[in-house]
Amino acid sequence: MPHTPSLSSSRNQSDVSESAVKLQRLVMGRSTDDPEKKIPNRRLKDVEICVPISYGTISFWLGRKASESQSHKWTVFVRGATNEDLGVVIRRAVFQLHPSFNNPMRVLDSPPFELSESGWGEFEIAITLYFHSDVCDKQLDLFHHLKLYPEDESGPQSTKKPVVVESYNEIVFPDPLDSFFARVKDHPAVIVPRLPASFNLPAPVPIENAKEKKRGDTKDHPLNQWFVNFSEADELLKLATARQQVQAHIVKLRRQLSVIDGLPRPLKPASDE
Amino acid sequence: MDAKDILGLPKTPLTVPQEKKSRPQKDSQRKPDGISREVYALTGGLAPLMPAVDVSQLKRRPQSDEKVTWQWLPFTSSARTDNLQLYHWVRVVNGVPPTGDYSFAKYNKSVNVVKYTDEEYEKYLTDPTWTREETDQLFELCERFDLRFIVIADRFPSSRTVEDLKNRYYNVSRAILVARAASPGDVSGHPLVKEPYNVSQEIERKRALSMILSQTKQQERKDAEVLAEAKRITEARIAARSAEESDMPVASNVSPESNEKNIIPVETVSPSSNVQIPPTTVAPPTSTADNLSTLNSLRGMRVYLRTYALEQMVQAASSSAGLRTIKRVEQTLQDLGVNLKPKVPTKSVCAEHLELRKEILTLLNLQKQLQYKEAEGSSHRDGSYAETPGTPKRSQRAGEQDRTFIPDSISFGGERVGKRDQKRKAPAPPSPAQSKRPRKLKASD
Repeated sequence: MPHTPSLSSSRNQSDVSESAVKLQRLVMGRSTDDPEKKIPNRRLKDVEICVPISYGTISFWLGRKASESQSHKWTVFVRGATNEDLGVVIRRAVFQLHPSFNNPMRVLDSPPFELSESGWGEFEIAITLYFHSDVCDKQLDLFHHLKLYPEDESGPQSTKKPVVVESYNEIVFPDPLDSFFARVKDHPAVIVPRLPASFNLPAPVPIENAKEKKRGDTKDHPLNQWFVNFSEADELLKLATARQQVQAHIVKLRRQLSVIDGLPRPLKPASDE
Repeated sequence: MDAKDILGLPKTPLTVPQEKKSRPQKDSQRKPDGISREVYALTGGLAPLMPAVDVSQLKRRPQSDEKVTWQWLPFTSSARTDNLQLYHWVRVVNGVPPTGDYSFAKYNKSVNVVKYTDEEYEKYLTDPTWTREETDQLFELCERFDLRFIVIADRFPSSRTVEDLKNRYYNVSRAILVARAASPGDVSGHPLVKEPYNVSQEIERKRALSMILSQTKQQERKDAEVLAEAKRITEARIAARSAEESDMPVASNVSPESNEKNIIPVETVSPSSNVQIPPTTVAPPTSTADNLSTLNSLRGMRVYLRTYALEQMVQAASSSAGLRTIKRVEQTLQDLGVNLKPKVPTKSVCAEHLELRKEILTLLNLQKQLQYKEAEGSSHRDGSYAETPGTPKRSQRAGEQDRTFIPDSISFGGERVGKRDQKRKAPAPPSPAQSKRPRKLKASD
């Protein structure tokens, strides 16, 4: 078979330059019928792995128990948008709080990535996400402004109803490693494209601390009744309607323009449509 | 007064002296001495930091102990070699005429042209194309005419080109310099030695200059066209190259040259089509270089947020639009009830959002085109300003009226029958506008 010799030779070389592989965009080659001869750590071109997340704060007024310095109890978190476990992708989350806090840099090495504190002031929280080694070696920064006081200042604050601010976003990993792909392709927290059946991926290797006792998903989180339910349907509908309107307008204007262009000058104004 | 309030000092005993003070103060504020009030106001009401001219010098008169007369006296100049005596007016102070050389003699500079001896000539300076007499003549002319080679060439007995003469002169000078120098290192810094005269280059240069000078207008235009074409081609090539790099089609792995950094050779020679992964539809890259380069840069990042990607794509799409256009796009989005930044930025939402923005840009461009066309057309009618098709957006209508106003006023001249108030921004007077009313489209969807 013409493939085999080239395959073995390139495998040797790929071992040599494995570290270089991560930085280069290699193209998927077709593996032969030999399943063991898979070349590790290739990147999947034109593939993106998408992790929808929601991050923000929920803050409760402490009511009678409030003091000058601790009037609110709040929680900042990063969760999967569908409350799935983000631990497959995120290795560590660091929350940078206001310097007036003790140990303002809070590190969380396992999901759920959240922390609760009590305080009186609003400030910007910097969240840095670190990913597993096969996912990405670059960190990702998010920023969120902690909101304690409700929009409308009318009426007394309630200890029952918190102030919730959440932002939806999606973390995109372009051209992921095939090992990463194989590992997460069936995980509910992650959106992966469908690959053709003939695709050969390496056998999924779970990450180090797979024997986590603590569950990483937030499906039964105590605060989950306050989690915002993000649905794209609404937005899509609005966008589709808007696009239709704009397109109709464009058609109208184009017609008008062609009418004007067709007319010799000078003339009376073109007739109305 | 407030200061005194703060200090708690009593006000009343100070009223009398205050009155006196305030009056001269006001005077000085109003009218500074020396220049009139209006002129002072021109300077912004502030005195200049430094007087431009020392005013005291202007009216200075000669000191009273000096007695100055002017006399018609002869003089000589050290710059002259012939002892010619001329006369001029001289300022004599107390009967003492001024001493010293003629004041302009110091400007008589000359070039120091080298002078070679016979033996030096024999040793270093002989040249097949130049006789001794010619060389001597050349040097004499050089000295006489201060190295003005055009004149020297004109005066030179046998006809030689300027470059030829220059060449000979500089070669001789350099040879003498090098010969007389104690060591070659001494003179290596001298410009004659460092940058020798290059005859052929000079001839070429002058030819090129004369060619450019004698270019006709046509040729100039052609040159400009060629340059523009070349620029376009290079830009297209750059865009194409970036497109190539971004796509890096699977087929390209067959040719190792396309992957400059890739040390590993092709893994397989199998046809690319089988292996191609159906590309997940990111917002389909448009043909513009902007979008392509944004996509490339996104691909290059190992991780990014969807909102970041959308921002970049929006920026790329509106890169050709000015600030006002961008504001109009945003206004349109708001009018349509769409969030400027999607609340749920999923892939499809972002793609739709981007497409919507692009369509709005197209719409605005079309509107502008239509306005211009109508303004052009209306300039031939005796009607009033063109009314552009109404859009559901009020703010835009006001802007549109503004814009059609200007082309009208430019092209109108005195055609208009009725009186025209240039400053008016309101719609046209009733009678000519009647015909226009039906044109006004109401986009009532």
